Amino acid sequence: MKFGIVTFPGSNCDYDAFHAVTDVLGEEATYLWHKDHDLQGADVIILPGGFSYGDYLRAGAIARFSPIMQEVVSHAKSGGPVLGICNGFQIACEAGLLPGALMRNSHLQFVSAEVRIRVENADTMFTNLYERGEILRVPIAHGDGRYVAPAGVLDELEAEGRVIFRYADASGNISADANPNGSERNIAGIISESGNVLGMMPHPERACSPLLGSSDGVRLLESILTRVAA
Amino acid sequence: MAKFRIAVHITPRKGLLDPQGNAVKGALHTLGFDPVKDVHVGRYIVIETDAYDAIAAEEAVTDMCRKLLANPVTEDFEIESAVHA
Repeated sequence: MKFGIVTFPGSNCDYDAFHAVTDVLGEEATYLWHKDHDLQGADVIILPGGFSYGDYLRAGAIARFSPIMQEVVSHAKSGGPVLGICNGFQIACEAGLLPGALMRNSHLQFVSAEVRIRVENADTMFTNLYERGEILRVPIAHGDGRYVAPAGVLDELEAEGRVIFRYADASGNISADANPNGSERNIAGIISESGNVLGMMPHPERACSPLLGSSDGVRLLESILTRVAA
Repeated sequence: MAKFRIAVHITPRKGLLDPQGNAVKGALHTLGFDPVKDVHVGRYIVIETDAYDAIAAEEAVTDMCRKLLANPVTEDFEIESAVHA
């Protein structure tokens, strides 16, 4: 399986994603430059974290117009898996691959911390190796991570099982205290209607080794392998 | 074709939490501006563009707001009348 990791000017988690895919998963990965029009045969696309185009205008607003994004959108529309992490989630929302938007954290501060997220749906191509209700430890590092969408859209996401991760405490309770950025309904990650685009603010690629404090992110990448290979 | 200048105001959608506006409001209260009821912080963008006339220029900028300058989920925009640049 080949992973394509997009590098925008200002991306800074592309190397982390590359490391997770090649060294941890043992799969093939290639960097895709934002000016290219070619996905180089990648089966899975990762939109990594960072500050593409300096977050000018709004996080992800300019990256969406990169030449490579036209190819990523076609890939997604034809059912190809796309994983948007952090800035990648913001870009996926701006590009219309996912509903809603990510706004400034409610407390205005940049947060770099380990958080806990609860798996809300384990029947997706990204989460099939987790258990529903399982609590994962993963890091976050963002200033614009407050997920917002109109109430009707939020209800639709809930009804269709498209809220994939929620910020929770160690016992799995969904509370305001466990919410690091003020996201509506503690939402940390959502999936597209067709189930092939996942956007999440936490960084599973940085939770891939006990040395880094957590390996809880590994099964997310492995889930993609089982589903895409099948 | 003539050259026009158009200013655009982009503000957080009313009803959505505006932490930046709230922080500024708090600072104003600290300074003694107690009557301040609400503050919203947005963006001010000035665009110079060639257009056939002022109406065409305003239509073009409205289109720019819908497609890029404002986020339709979280922001509202208002454009000022086009002036000759």
